[in-house]
Amino acid sequence: MTFKFTEENLKRIEEVKKKYPTSLAAVMPTLYIAQEQNGYITNEVMEEIANVLGVGKIDVLSVVTFYTMYHTKPMGKYHIQVCTNVSCMLRGAYEIWNFIKERLGIDHMEVTSDGKFSLEEVECMGACGYAPMIAINEDYYENLNKEKVEEILNSLLNSEL
Amino acid sequence: MEKIVLPDIPNLNNIDVYLANGGFEAAKKAFMQSPDDIIDQVKKSGLRGRGGAAFLTGLKWSFMPKTTDKPKYLCINGDESEPGSFKDRQIFEYNPYQLIEGIIITCYAIGAQTAYLYIRGEYHKWIKLMQNAIDTAYDKGFLGERMKDTFGVNFYCNLYIHKGAGAYICGEESALMNSIEGLRGYPRVKPPFPAQKGLWGCPTTINNVETITNVPPIILKGWEWFSKIGAPRHPGTLLYGVSGHVNKPGVYELPTGILLTDLIYNYAGGIPGNKKIKCVIPGGTSMPPLRGDQLEGVRMDAESLKQVGSAIGTAGVIVMDEDTDLLKVLLRIAKFYHHESCGQCTPCREGTGWMEKILQRILEGNGTSKDLDLLISIANNIEGNTICALGDAAAWPVKFMIERFRDEFEKYVKAQVKIPIQNKVHSMRNTKIPLE
Ligand SMILES: Cc1cc2nc3c(=O)[nH]c(=O)nc-3n(C[C@H](O)[C@H](O)[C@H](O)COP(=O)(O)O)c2cc1C
Ligand code: SF4
Ligand code: FES
Repeated sequence: MTFKFTEENLKRIEEVKKKYPTSLAAVMPTLYIAQEQNGYITNEVMEEIANVLGVGKIDVLSVVTFYTMYHTKPMGKYHIQVCTNVSCMLRGAYEIWNFIKERLGIDHMEVTSDGKFSLEEVECMGACGYAPMIAINEDYYENLNKEKVEEILNSLLNSEL
Repeated sequence: MEKIVLPDIPNLNNIDVYLANGGFEAAKKAFMQSPDDIIDQVKKSGLRGRGGAAFLTGLKWSFMPKTTDKPKYLCINGDESEPGSFKDRQIFEYNPYQLIEGIIITCYAIGAQTAYLYIRGEYHKWIKLMQNAIDTAYDKGFLGERMKDTFGVNFYCNLYIHKGAGAYICGEESALMNSIEGLRGYPRVKPPFPAQKGLWGCPTTINNVETITNVPPIILKGWEWFSKIGAPRHPGTLLYGVSGHVNKPGVYELPTGILLTDLIYNYAGGIPGNKKIKCVIPGGTSMPPLRGDQLEGVRMDAESLKQVGSAIGTAGVIVMDEDTDLLKVLLRIAKFYHHESCGQCTPCREGTGWMEKILQRILEGNGTSKDLDLLISIANNIEGNTICALGDAAAWPVKFMIERFRDEFEKYVKAQVKIPIQNKVHSMRNTKIPLE
């Protein structure tokens, strides 16, 4: 499966490159653009990024494998991240984690068979004063309890895939 | 009490409101003085970094070479990943232009033409808010080449956001620079320090978001005014983030040097169910925890906390009530540092994992009193023996939690254990091994 950036994304990458004196520095933002277009990062994606930026494929690979927010396999349409670090844990994060795990039947970094949900146990998200919290894709949901989580899950479960 | 970083002005994140309240006046004032004058005023104000180490900001700026043929850079640290910290996001959301103004003044003071604002990748919402504010500032001529006309000065700077991608270690200043350069977030060996050899080998200054947001008021109202607020040796206000077992968790901007008990009981509303406090971490999980029965008289500034064996860190205060299971807390903290260790140094890479495993074993009921000593010994062997301070950050909670709550931890361990492995060697079968 080959991967090519869309024309529009190629333009975005050109804009990104202007921010930095080297094209290597554009690898991280370009990976985000690629992940947005393709959903996750494959070998072909890394090859294309290396070509577009004129850097080594190994440079791209070493970045992808270091940072947790680049995914090398498909995630669910709704990627649910549950913070279980101390401040959240003190306010019931593990109950929420276990509840979601059971309800969706998946564990850390797994995806439901219909591809709708994926789940990740994450480190502190910078929402400690509004704990416990979860994030779904890019949005934070704060000051939660089991009832609120159930409500959120139900509305997503009932939504179209 | 006057607020410096997050004033109670509605819609301050709107540039017109910001301008109507004296916005960019500090920058104008700064441009009428020499860069050295600005550095001098920040030095005299006593402003210390809000990113963890409480280093003197003006002093740090003065390390930047005056003459160099290389470009200079400013990095603003908004990685905000220390568990218990959620303060910089308030600035992105409620006072972005004061941050931008602080960046302009800092760039002028240190002679940087390019600034990178590093924001953790999970902060999608705050990255968007901040990008909007930056775009508006460009539109209105407060950033970029048009600054020359706006301020009538022969200086301009550019500001770019660099989005992190989920790695706590990128908050460490040299890892942050590597991350901007498009590399893995590996901390660099120091020296050379960033002011000598930073971003792309050029002179670089790294400051926390809150630190930089303090700069405009210091320039506008004068260093004397600032130096008189709060604790004399660590002046100003702090954005205290209070979380855990309190009735009103949140961020409170208050002077440095206030009583920790005041913060917890009067501002954060006390403990639910009027329970007693077992433990408080005063500055994010990297800082040594304090016993709940020894909080009387503890003040929240760098010097006072040092005296009681802790540190101000990011002023992220985590409160735990009397029913808290400290073993579970410590295990969770150990798991965090194990997960976030970048793996370059053996003591940190191996030690963090080993400590987590031992704590897990204790939780499963297979720990002995000797394991507690072993944990302290591992922590001591990590501390000071690594490239960056993540090693210390991983060692301190373990060492001090066990030392200060030994009574608590002894409850989880036995004097001896029955080895749970079925051993085929006859002489070992079902033998109780005395451990003393
Ligand atoms: C493991 C580690 C993580 C850090 N994370 C952050 C962070 O998220 N934000 C921050 O401002 N400083 C962080 N720091 C401190 C920075 O290295 C640096 O000291 C700080 O950004 C300097 O700014 P200041 O002088 O204004 O405090 C971290 C340090 C270490 C060792
Ligand atoms: S102390 Fe840990 S995080 Fe820091 S450089 Fe060494 S291995 Fe990496
Ligand atoms: S501990 Fe969960 S957001 Fe900080």
